Amino acid sequence: MLSRVIEDTARNLYIRALKVLPPDVKQALDKAYEVETESPGKEILGTMLKNIKVAEKTDNILCQDTGTPIYFLRIGTKFPLEMTEIMERIRTGCQRATIEHPLRPNVVHPITRTNTHTNVGTLIPIIYLDFVSKIDYLEMMMVPKGSGSENQSFLKMLVPAERLSGIKKFVIESVIKAGANPCPPGVIGVGIGGTFELCAMLATRASMIRQIGSSHPEEKIAALESQLLVAANQTGIGPMGLGGNVTALALHIEMADTHITQMPVAVNFQCWVARRAGARIYSKGKIEYIWDFGRE
Amino acid sequence: MPKEYHLTTPLSEDSVRRLSSRDVVYLTGRIYGIRDATQRRIFGENIEPPVSFTGYPCLHTAPNVKKVGSKYIKLCIGTTTSTRMEKYSPQLITKYGARAIIGKGGLLKESLKAMHEYGAVYLAIVGGAAALQTTQIEEIEAVYWEDLFPECIWQFRVKNFGPLIVAMSSHNESIYSEIRDRAHQRLPKILTDLTFKN
Repeated sequence: MLSRVIEDTARNLYIRALKVLPPDVKQALDKAYEVETESPGKEILGTMLKNIKVAEKTDNILCQDTGTPIYFLRIGTKFPLEMTEIMERIRTGCQRATIEHPLRPNVVHPITRTNTHTNVGTLIPIIYLDFVSKIDYLEMMMVPKGSGSENQSFLKMLVPAERLSGIKKFVIESVIKAGANPCPPGVIGVGIGGTFELCAMLATRASMIRQIGSSHPEEKIAALESQLLVAANQTGIGPMGLGGNVTALALHIEMADTHITQMPVAVNFQCWVARRAGARIYSKGKIEYIWDFGRE
Repeated sequence: MPKEYHLTTPLSEDSVRRLSSRDVVYLTGRIYGIRDATQRRIFGENIEPPVSFTGYPCLHTAPNVKKVGSKYIKLCIGTTTSTRMEKYSPQLITKYGARAIIGKGGLLKESLKAMHEYGAVYLAIVGGAAALQTTQIEEIEAVYWEDLFPECIWQFRVKNFGPLIVAMSSHNESIYSEIRDRAHQRLPKILTDLTFKN
């Protein structure tokens, strides 16, 4: 019974994410339209807003790129289902969404390019796990990650001598390098610290699951987020890279401690169709839709 | 001042040469959808496409569709990043006669050169605005190379398809390089300002 709820929710969240933009993203795009002064940047933002309305009116998906399916899980240690069962049900739900809706199949073998036609494959969907003690529910946040933005991902193992200014330089140069390709203005995710793999994962979380308008809990990092957002917008890349004063809706940083010899930094972009859809599933099977993790 | 044009396909060389960067275009008529795998077959395996692209705009796409009998029904049709296909685009213009390439992200130097020589443009679509663009596609008229699904050759009939911004023109103009150059000029000052905020 609960297994079926997990499967159905994994299926439904994939489709919901593709159709309904989170309220924080919509608000940020409305604001971007107001503050944009350059042409054709303003007209482009106007078309983006129109697209959101048309998708709602026609019950269509916002963008044709149904993405790489990613599920972020936050699991209460008292949630009464085995991990292997949860993961298997998510795979089945993802496949059902693809076939039943139907959704464009994107998942291929990296060398032979053979399409699985289900959006399920080796280690896909990606499932990230976090555990929370003493709670009896599971939270699932589904992100269909578009390739236009994901292809603009950069990581550099900086050395400590490059200091904070080295991090800032790498971030802003990445924004210029990405240019028009990640469908700006979206969310810029920055990972600082950890190892190669952890740093990339931090940037991924920063671009994909944090609400626009949220700040890092550490004051110094929060200040860095605002500074870098201003700087990213000063590049003038603008909507769809055709010029303007809005290049990003938000810039989020996630960090981890690192080794004495290391200072890794990673940048991951999320497009203006910054899709995510979440649900909280209680152990008795009740479901609540959410936009953010851990809200009471 | 940028102008607005409502053009019917196939496009003539004259109508394309008239366009300047930042003009806005709406298209009506036939356009072709192509993508990476389609062009790998044409240019990598040297297999002639079963249709003529001469005069037609080519859209970088791989749509969401539903097959009913032998007919494909549109679900959601949008646009992918063009830059990946820079390698094929000069020939698509000079050898196969495409008068316009529609996409997002832009193309590079060799394509711009081909646009100048042959008379073609790059039309920037608003990426991600696929729900809107789907309403402007009247019908999927034909599909070729179905084995490459979803990267087949898609023949669409469109009505007032746009807004499309002339981002690269036949007069050697590219908004992408213009904006990138401007960003690089601004970079030293942006970084200096950031350093003082340590």
